[in-house]
Amino acid sequence: MAAPANLLSWLVWLPVLAGFAVLLLGDRRIAAGRWVALAATLATFALCLPLWEGFNRATAALQFIEQQPWIGILNAWYYLGVDGISMPLIVLTAFTTPLVVIAAWSNIEKRPAQYFASFLVMEGLMIGVFAAADALLFYVLWEAMLIPMFLIIGIWGGSRRVYATIKFFLYTFLGSVLMLVALIWLYLQGGSYEIAYLQQMQIGMTAQVLIFLAFFAAFAVKVPMWPVHTWLPDAHVEAPTGGSVILAAIMLKMGGYGFLRFSLPIAPDASRELDWLVIALSLVAIAYIGFVALAQRDMKKLIAYSSIAHMGFVTLGAFVAYDIWQATGAATGAGMGLDGAMVQMVSHGLVSGALFLCVGVLYDRLHTRDISAYGGVVNTMPVFAFFAVLFAMANAGLPGTSGFVGEFLVIVSSFKANFWYAFVAALTLILGAAYTLLLVKRVIWGEVANDGVASLKDLNAREFIVLAALAIAVLALGVWPAPLLDVMRPTLEALVDQLMTSKL
Amino acid sequence: MQGTHMVLTMADVLPAGAEIFLALATCVLLLVDALGGHRVRGLIFLLAIASLAGAAWVTSAVAVPGRTVVLSGHFVADPMGTVLKLFAYGAAAVTLLYSRDYLERRELLKGEYLVLALFAVLGIQVIVSAGSLLTLYLGIEIMSLSLYAMIALDREDGVAAESAMKYFVLGAIASGALLYGISILYGVTGSFILDGVAAAVNRGEAPAIGLLFGLAFIVVGVAFKFGAVPFHMWLPDVYHGARTPVTLYVAAAPKIASFALAMRVLAEGLGGAVAAWQDMLIVLAALSMILGNVVAIAQSNIKRMLAYSTISHVGFILLGVLAGTAAGYRAAMFYTLTYVIMTTASFGIVLWLSRQGFEADALDDYKGLNRRNPWFAFVMLLVMFGLAGVPPTVGFWAKVQVIAAIVNVDLTWLAALAVVMSVVGAYYYLRIVKLMYFDEPTESGPVESKIAVRLMLSVNGLAILVLGIYPGVLLRLCEHVLP
Repeated sequence: MAAPANLLSWLVWLPVLAGFAVLLLGDRRIAAGRWVALAATLATFALCLPLWEGFNRATAALQFIEQQPWIGILNAWYYLGVDGISMPLIVLTAFTTPLVVIAAWSNIEKRPAQYFASFLVMEGLMIGVFAAADALLFYVLWEAMLIPMFLIIGIWGGSRRVYATIKFFLYTFLGSVLMLVALIWLYLQGGSYEIAYLQQMQIGMTAQVLIFLAFFAAFAVKVPMWPVHTWLPDAHVEAPTGGSVILAAIMLKMGGYGFLRFSLPIAPDASRELDWLVIALSLVAIAYIGFVALAQRDMKKLIAYSSIAHMGFVTLGAFVAYDIWQATGAATGAGMGLDGAMVQMVSHGLVSGALFLCVGVLYDRLHTRDISAYGGVVNTMPVFAFFAVLFAMANAGLPGTSGFVGEFLVIVSSFKANFWYAFVAALTLILGAAYTLLLVKRVIWGEVANDGVASLKDLNAREFIVLAALAIAVLALGVWPAPLLDVMRPTLEALVDQLMTSKL
Repeated sequence: MQGTHMVLTMADVLPAGAEIFLALATCVLLLVDALGGHRVRGLIFLLAIASLAGAAWVTSAVAVPGRTVVLSGHFVADPMGTVLKLFAYGAAAVTLLYSRDYLERRELLKGEYLVLALFAVLGIQVIVSAGSLLTLYLGIEIMSLSLYAMIALDREDGVAAESAMKYFVLGAIASGALLYGISILYGVTGSFILDGVAAAVNRGEAPAIGLLFGLAFIVVGVAFKFGAVPFHMWLPDVYHGARTPVTLYVAAAPKIASFALAMRVLAEGLGGAVAAWQDMLIVLAALSMILGNVVAIAQSNIKRMLAYSTISHVGFILLGVLAGTAAGYRAAMFYTLTYVIMTTASFGIVLWLSRQGFEADALDDYKGLNRRNPWFAFVMLLVMFGLAGVPPTVGFWAKVQVIAAIVNVDLTWLAALAVVMSVVGAYYYLRIVKLMYFDEPTESGPVESKIAVRLMLSVNGLAILVLGIYPGVLLRLCEHVLP
């Protein structure tokens, strides 16, 4: 299959335009609107095939480049391109969105056209964030993405949706604007918004520290890291199923992506100075938030806290490189943490998305997310139970699933850096297993708990397709992660070089 | 140009053609109204729009590249003035279009209203083209007196009369301060002409203390016209108390005049003393951004909320001015123009939603608007995200510009304050979106309006998005006139 010219533009704009088409069709012609939404998201995913196939795995340079002048006066470019970090995340986005559309097929009664349109517009913007090679373009898309998410949580969310969505918006907005000031400062110093150029710029230490902190504000909120994570449980719990899936699967990845794309390469010396901060907060997230997850009674909240803990691995893996370098005296092996961080991002995208969809399946039937309202679901929904247990195992990091690969890589690399990092990080093997298995035990196993559970019907074809697609991806990545690692390797090796090169 | 013999040639008068045209056209309108009475009500509205269109035509026709100073230095024609005037006509015309139904339903669409509206535009023209402190003062008075009278035009409305009175009294004090500053400046520089003032300041002739003293009073005057804290007290009361069309009239085009005032006096006349007024403006800008955004949160009336939002935006405009660089002035101009576009759309929605006996000025009136009319709810959503400065709306570029301008003069702390305050501001804009999209409507009837209004409002709202995705046109325009 020949790659169309402007492949990345197609990936960005096809969903956005389809979103407006669905909006124009309106609620009265929603039957057609749904098909448009599905066709557009599937077409977008299909476009990822030439992206994956045509991607040159031997280079760290940007590929599929498109560059057009955008705003001449500001020297801002419509500049798209992907490398080994962004490409897998684009594929993840394009893979997840059709599942969200299918999952919501007939479940959304309130203003369905706007629902599908929001997700389509959002898909385009998210792909754009990963594909942007110009910092200003990146920022515009990064912020624009908040608008559809704000509406998704606010319109279709649960009872405390207004509080949750405003909190979500303001938190992330506050983080982002400081990044904007940093980007503007960099532009005024260097005269360009091109990310690759910013990564090469020489920057003094004080400036680097301030820039690092500004970026940190944006990305730490997005990841989210303890203690700025509090918007996430609220947003997740109140969001509709599709919103939770996109939040967990893609939006949180943007924080991790930002660390890899901006913080580390643009401010490598400040990152080295302040890596203790990120590592400490990551370990707190892994250990403390793991305990918090253990105490949850709401299924979505439990998964939300588990997300924070799992994302702690991403930030730990990203920043542990400096300590490995210091401990071993060689740069070799420092990249393993980064490998782990990337795999963990993709894996967590699949697993957490799948878990939220599982909760959605139950919620659609009994309209409660209370763990105590369930029990013995396996008796009435055996197929569902199979998938739920599979994803729960992946969440606990069972070997053979994608969850294992990322966590394993990060733990091993942090062991190289410092025994105690690895010790705390490995707690997750216990904690993650504990809260996930408790969830499974209380919801899935046991006797049928009540009449509600007794009346449950197993998965319909639509739900089956969605969960099966995710299950295949989780297992494939767990058994054979090599293709993903191959794609990322040159880029991550180049990133390690950038980390080790002082810009002072 | 400062000749001693007073012979007017055509070349002297021609650059002021648009002002002369509008003054004459307004007098014609006054006559037609006086002679025609009720029968010509529809005609005079069209006449008013035509006068603005005619003024726009004359302005473009007499525009020359570069700066021309005529009338003994009292009148300046330059590209910046041309663009600002064209935007002012546009804002005034769109405002009148949005207001028509509202005014007709309340029996307020009288000749006097339109005459005053046009005279206010005349005042704006004079301010924009002022080459001397006296012309500036003249323009301010023409504009302000027209606005006072417009606010108070509805004799039945006690609240409007009260706010007109407040505006008038406070405005008179500000005018006094400005005049006092002008006279001190004249005393220390020996000139009313801005070029002469600039020359005296640059040569260092003016005694520093006298200059500073005069400057302080002039800054007070400018701050008052802008509505910058702590000279903002009139603004919420006027926005709230005036009839919505008048609020829009006060909110939109006069902001262009305020910007021109700041440019003419501070940038052109006192550009050499930028260090002296920069600190004053920093205080004004910081206070405006903080107070405007924080107090807006507590409002339950949309007009009052938008008033405090205006105060905060004034703070942002001042950021661009206080940078004192070409990029800063450009940023302030860009901000002003986009602010006018956004504020016109915001009050346009308020006017579109209001009916006989229903002002649509309580926040709760916007509940469930997405249900009742998804398109205009979307337009309002664009306005709100635009005012909040969230991309992809044009409001984002306005903020980026001013922030870049002040970061460039090493005021990064002020930039950080500005962006944090814009997050605070986002809260109350989001609240409007919340009411429109997340709440159920309290009433379900469709909103009726004329096709022209719907069309204009749609164009106005989409401009916020289109200029947000591709701001280059407007940026280049600002760069072209303020090189």
